Amino acid sequence: MADKSQTCSVWLGSETGILKGVSLSKKRAFNFCDMSSVSRDQEICALTWGDRQESEVLVGCVNGSVKTFSTEKGVFTETRVCGDISQGRFTGIAVTDRSLITCVESGLLKVWTEGSADTVEINVGGEVCRMRQNPSQRHRVATGGKENPLKVWDLERPDKPIFTAKNVANDWLDLRVPVWVRDVAFIPDSDRIVTCTGYHQVRVYDPSTPQRRPVLEAEFGEYPLTTLALPAGHDRVVVGNTHGQIAILDLRKGLVRGCMKGLAGSVRGLQCHPSSPLLASCGLDRFLRIHSLEDRSTVRLAPPILFSALLNVFFFSFLLKLVGSDAAGEVEEVKEEERDEVWDSMETVSEKGEKRTVEEEAEESRETAEKKEEKKKRKKAKK
Amino acid sequence: GREEKNTQAKSKCKGKKEKKKEKRAEEAEEKGPESESAETSSSTRPALPPTFSLSEIKNKQRRQLMFMKLKQEKRKQKLELRKKRRKEREALGDKAPPKEVPKTIENQRVYDETTVDPEDEEVAYDEGTDEFSAYFNKLINPKVLITTSDRPRGRTVRFCEQLATVIPNAHVYYRRGLALKRVIPQCISRDFTYLMVINEDRKVPNGMILCHLPDGPTAHFKVSSVRLRKEMKRRGKDPTEHYPEVILNNFTTRLGHSIGRLFAALFPHDPQFQGRQVATFHNQRDFIFFRFHRYIFRNEKKVGIQELGPRFTLKLRSLQKGTFDSKFGEYEWVHKRHEMDSNRRKFHL
Repeated sequence: MADKSQTCSVWLGSETGILKGVSLSKKRAFNFCDMSSVSRDQEICALTWGDRQESEVLVGCVNGSVKTFSTEKGVFTETRVCGDISQGRFTGIAVTDRSLITCVESGLLKVWTEGSADTVEINVGGEVCRMRQNPSQRHRVATGGKENPLKVWDLERPDKPIFTAKNVANDWLDLRVPVWVRDVAFIPDSDRIVTCTGYHQVRVYDPSTPQRRPVLEAEFGEYPLTTLALPAGHDRVVVGNTHGQIAILDLRKGLVRGCMKGLAGSVRGLQCHPSSPLLASCGLDRFLRIHSLEDRSTVRLAPPILFSALLNVFFFSFLLKLVGSDAAGEVEEVKEEERDEVWDSMETVSEKGEKRTVEEEAEESRETAEKKEEKKKRKKAKK
Repeated sequence: GREEKNTQAKSKCKGKKEKKKEKRAEEAEEKGPESESAETSSSTRPALPPTFSLSEIKNKQRRQLMFMKLKQEKRKQKLELRKKRRKEREALGDKAPPKEVPKTIENQRVYDETTVDPEDEEVAYDEGTDEFSAYFNKLINPKVLITTSDRPRGRTVRFCEQLATVIPNAHVYYRRGLALKRVIPQCISRDFTYLMVINEDRKVPNGMILCHLPDGPTAHFKVSSVRLRKEMKRRGKDPTEHYPEVILNNFTTRLGHSIGRLFAALFPHDPQFQGRQVATFHNQRDFIFFRFHRYIFRNEKKVGIQELGPRFTLKLRSLQKGTFDSKFGEYEWVHKRHEMDSNRRKFHL
């Protein structure tokens, strides 16, 4: 079991509660579960890495339990109860250095710190569809849902969101545009956030600007967009909808760059590999497909692998490089640690509003207060 | 060039046979300088394919004649070949090689990876706990609501009535322009397990939406070739109230399994063999043929069947996960014509 789990580069969660690992080099899929406890209420709805070294997978199930799966040992090591069915499914799990963040559909976002029994609770609003963690600033999370606009929360100050998006202006009939945020992603190396909605819109928000409305809005198709993924490079986003259409959109102008063929069912998970131009997709048609982002074909090295249950979520292992057909069975481990060191040693270029510390924010609030005072003075002077 | 024209002008006045002879002579002339050996091999025609084909002959009568001749030749050759082979086979007797199986589209079907292995545990588990499990564990009896799109015409109305006689415990209701999303919660509260909506276009039924009710999958089919009872030849008397048996043929893939279960759950789980009625859903090349028969065993080897009831063919257009919600629902399978219909030998059911 252990050797199987170590070679798996893609992890998927299915509706029947079975965690599946796919070894792309061997082109095989393995099931990791205890057959005795398989049931529909163990349906996996969220997956994330347990730590930076990618040695543990955290699995969130419908019945509210979060299981830890160790990739080195190949077994489930721990189970934690983080909620129950009445609160809804997990819409996101994230991990910071010492704590676990979970968010459920009813809007309850909890931070479970290890060692201590108390939790920090935030009510994020009504029906939440997705909660994502900022990969560079791990204490920031973004949430969004149906009639629940995008909100960015800082877990160190949990009473108010840092950024709440404002709804777009009324449409040409002067009617309020409905809000249904289905997936959120933080664009790396900047403060911007990209969302895709159930009304087939893709929007980009920039919290660093005072504009709370979206900076860019693009539309694709006629069906709700379910997931999105960000390929390497800062100008593209890949979205998938309930009809099985996957499209690459350009974020500079909001145009459709191209579509991926092959998927016949609703897209449930999309992930881009960080280094190679590959995109993996899974959906309700029970297939895992690997697409090439350059020429949008389905890559030959990994033909669609069939699973016998509906696939809910999945993600890549960033450590294991997807090997071509030359190296048979060997998996090269990219030296992720070295890369991290390289990044850390580089100087961080702080742009306006990029790294907001507490002091800067206090300054800004002071500035706005001063401006307001000045305005008042001016008005009094005019009068 | 000119010579050809002259010869053609002359031959217009002549009869058919002469025309043919002339044509052959012309061809021979043209081919003369090219291939002498070819001429010697066949007396009537050069063996090498002529550089002009039959379609280049501008005269329709002559062209048709030449084509007819070509076909006759081919048929003759085929017969000769067949006779030769049969003689060889008889001559060899037992040692003859086995007869070759002709290639059909079903034979050449591209192997579908989703074909369900009967021993697959995971699929068995999946099916054991999906939306139909309550029915297959004999806990619930089906109750079907049949309706149409708004303002149906005579043919559709009669089709619905006949369907209601075929499917036990089915009720036909007039649509009255109601929205399906509002009809569904009412059906659920009245314990219906299926909602069947026959869509009509130009006075003829052409689509069917089959929605499994508590929260089950919704299948959208294209209906074609509907034959009502009146139009069937040599049919039996009207079906009785007995529960029919159900035959599901050829639903091999995972998607096919789901659809097969969808159909099976329409009928009560315990067929009454006394009624000797059977409903068949036969899948071939992604088309599902529905037939309703009454059978009688005359002796151990002979069965007599009478076809009763309507017959129609279905083609799956999409399978959606929840109850009917075409705008915001999640689709499990959608028929995409340009991607899926490009290969003639690839089928999905």
